[in-house]
Amino acid sequence: MRIGVVTFPGSLDDRDAQRAVRLAGGEAVALWHGDEDLRGVDAVILPGGFSYGDYLRCGAIARFAPAMRAIIERAHAGMPVLGICNGFQILCESHLLPGALTRNDHLHFVCRDQRLRIESNATAWTSDYAVGQEIVIPLKNGEGGFVADERTLDELEGEGRVIARYVGVNPNGSRRDIAGISNAAGNVVGLMPHPEHAVEELTGPTTDGLGFFTSVLTALVAGRS
Amino acid sequence: MPRVVVDVMLKPEILDPQGRAVLGAFARLGVGGVSDVRQGKRFEITIDGDLTEDRLAEIHRMAEELLSNPVIESYDLRVEP
Repeated sequence: MRIGVVTFPGSLDDRDAQRAVRLAGGEAVALWHGDEDLRGVDAVILPGGFSYGDYLRCGAIARFAPAMRAIIERAHAGMPVLGICNGFQILCESHLLPGALTRNDHLHFVCRDQRLRIESNATAWTSDYAVGQEIVIPLKNGEGGFVADERTLDELEGEGRVIARYVGVNPNGSRRDIAGISNAAGNVVGLMPHPEHAVEELTGPTTDGLGFFTSVLTALVAGRS
Repeated sequence: MPRVVVDVMLKPEILDPQGRAVLGAFARLGVGGVSDVRQGKRFEITIDGDLTEDRLAEIHRMAEELLSNPVIESYDLRVEP
């Protein structure tokens, strides 16, 4: 299974995401933001970082990259897409996911190992977790506060589209402790913390993040059989 | 050359921690009687040639799709004389 990882100018975690894909057993394919050709990938990861310097708003300029045109079209057709941190911001700016990510309520950049509770395993990226399972993965953001109007928040919760919540501490002022959400179909997922930094004992606090990358391989195999 | 100014502000219901930090600085600098500060962005767009209705419509579209995020922000657009 070919999992594309898009590199934007200012992406930081593209290599880590590629490595996580390989450790999960997939083939990582480097994609370039300026190239509309998705090189026959089966799924796409938008990695963390500061695309286009976070100028204007985080993700606001990346949304219009040629690669994003192709990804948005394929996402509407069901291709799995995971946006991590800056990738989550790009997915919101692209309107593939509702809401927006705003500056942390305490104004500080936060970098910590964060406990999360998986709230839904009915998505392409979370099927290998159990609902209620708690995981610890790194979180690092300056603008990670998830906001949406009350109606949208109710809708997300009512439809089971909150995929993970912060446990213990809400690190950035996200409404209703939301750390990640999915679209209605479950193929598009945005997550503020970084599962790709928790895939190896040597470098991560845990290997709890690996499940996101194995889940999508499971989903793709199921889709083909 | 005609100039279009677009002001972008967070919607009132969205928390503005930057504005709140500025408000805190007001207090620390001994400036009282200020109940709130909201921080926004101002774009000054200089147009080559005449500002036709089509060009203005285009700038409106940019204000809506690029300069602001309608989920959290509103914008105000005006043409400077």
